[in-house]
Amino acid sequence: MAVSANDIRWVAHLARLEFAESELDHFTDQFNEILKYVDKLRSVPTDGIEPLAHALPIHNVFRDDVVTESLPRDAALANAPNRRGEFYGVPAVLE
Amino acid sequence: MLLHERTASDLLGELERGSLSATDLARAYLAHVSTCDVQVKAFLRVNTDSILAQAENVDAKRKRGDNLGRLAGIPVALKDNLCLNGEVTTCASKILEKFVPPYSAHVVERLQQEDAILFGKCNLDEFAMGSSTENSAYQKTCNPWNIEYTPGGSSGGSAAAVAASMAPLSLGSDTGGSIRQPASFCGIAGMKPTYGRVSRYGLVAFASSLDQIGPLSHDLRDQALLLEVIAGHDPRDSTSVNREVPAYTKSLDQPVTGLTIGVPVEFFQKGLEPQIEQAVREALKVYEALGAKLLPVSLPNTDYAVAVYYIVATAEASSNLARYDGVHYGHRASQFDSMIHMYSRSRGQGFGKEVQRRIMLGTYALSSGYIDAYYKKALQVRRLIKNDFDAAFAKCDVIMGPVAPTAAFKIGEKGDDPLAMYLSDIYTISCNLAGIVGLSINCGMTSQGLPIGLQLLGKEFEEEKVLRVGRMFEQATDWHLRRPKL
Repeated sequence: MAVSANDIRWVAHLARLEFAESELDHFTDQFNEILKYVDKLRSVPTDGIEPLAHALPIHNVFRDDVVTESLPRDAALANAPNRRGEFYGVPAVLE
Repeated sequence: MLLHERTASDLLGELERGSLSATDLARAYLAHVSTCDVQVKAFLRVNTDSILAQAENVDAKRKRGDNLGRLAGIPVALKDNLCLNGEVTTCASKILEKFVPPYSAHVVERLQQEDAILFGKCNLDEFAMGSSTENSAYQKTCNPWNIEYTPGGSSGGSAAAVAASMAPLSLGSDTGGSIRQPASFCGIAGMKPTYGRVSRYGLVAFASSLDQIGPLSHDLRDQALLLEVIAGHDPRDSTSVNREVPAYTKSLDQPVTGLTIGVPVEFFQKGLEPQIEQAVREALKVYEALGAKLLPVSLPNTDYAVAVYYIVATAEASSNLARYDGVHYGHRASQFDSMIHMYSRSRGQGFGKEVQRRIMLGTYALSSGYIDAYYKKALQVRRLIKNDFDAAFAKCDVIMGPVAPTAAFKIGEKGDDPLAMYLSDIYTISCNLAGIVGLSINCGMTSQGLPIGLQLLGKEFEEEKVLRVGRMFEQATDWHLRRPKL
């Protein structure tokens, strides 16, 4: 299943990655080479095989619904690229 | 053997007897790093003040007669995707260039509880994505056996640091071979424990169903020592398993009697370099001479493991790395037109090429219309791979084969060919997909003087048996005693 430069633009949009147009063709070629390789999975019969997302049994882990200590606000905000008081600064979302 | 070339277990004896102080030991390693790391470039950061302060603290505690931990005074280097409270942790990425974690990883806390000296942060492929440590945004680490070659990856800095005797122990992480392959390329021991054996809390996530933290060391006594410290339950990682940690150091020297070694035919087919095959076959003969039985086994879906991995791992990575949005932490672009543009430009600027490629592959594999053809299909084949191991382990104690199809390759050799790089993980990847134990030990040298690794695979939670089996080889050979000349 080969993808086009346009498909790559769409996937980049979904992944929120800005790409230089000059890199697009080379990237598309590499992407197709990898897809061609993984397409070998199509030849494996898998009808009725249950997908395996985790190698070992994984269970939900619950704790008691009680308040415990959490990261102090200043520590949580310390790495913010744009801090405004007690908040993370972001550009306006609504006009 | 020079002081800094010795094993941690050996050094612990000296420290306990009082014939060596933690401060003198730290100074010896710092001196060696200052001359050696100019060539090897294993470390991204070495905080001399903090290292000396930790060492002086251990000496003071010993002087006072306080109880000391199991690693008191032993330097341990950390892969720079393990969070250390208050110290920059970059994952070798520009996007985390200034990131200072507000907490430490579980394994880091365990090291601190045992009075280890946290000794610098090691280079890696950005976000642990790569097999050569060439994908770091900061520097390329060199193989201590020949600096024209890569140390492997992604834990290449952690492996090179130990191989070059710049620290006796280090921690790495292994998602598809990232501890075992660099250990093999650098001629040391490295283990990927069972999924869930070691808490991933504070390990920057790459592919959460595959990632596991593990030890790197000169020999298996040190593997046992470090694994004993980092293994165990942690409620902060919901996949961490609540199961007793065996005393690996106690049972290590007991040989496994009636040992049956499974030898998978698929690990000895085309693509395997003759020198590697010969060294691994020689190692199997050593075991035969010790009374082990070699049994041919089949892992018929081995050929599909790389394809499954590059769908599953990239899908999980695309989801995990969505957190880098330029809002909470990490790089934010200085100019943008909108909120969405702020995300995409920050991520476009902050992530390197290989990370972008993997996020894109994963996003594609999970996107509407393709998820069944790629992601679901890969998970189905993942089950077949797991079934292959279950069937093989019904007939043998451990499985053995090569770690990688070649010894270390030259820096720049695989250039801009991602697929060629991916295929260097062909023998290590299925272990992560199946969640089992994988260990790499040195079993020979190529004619060019580069180390060759033997891989031991064991059933889930059989670290103890795998270590004992590996130790049998160490007791019969001296490959683990070699050190590169630097």
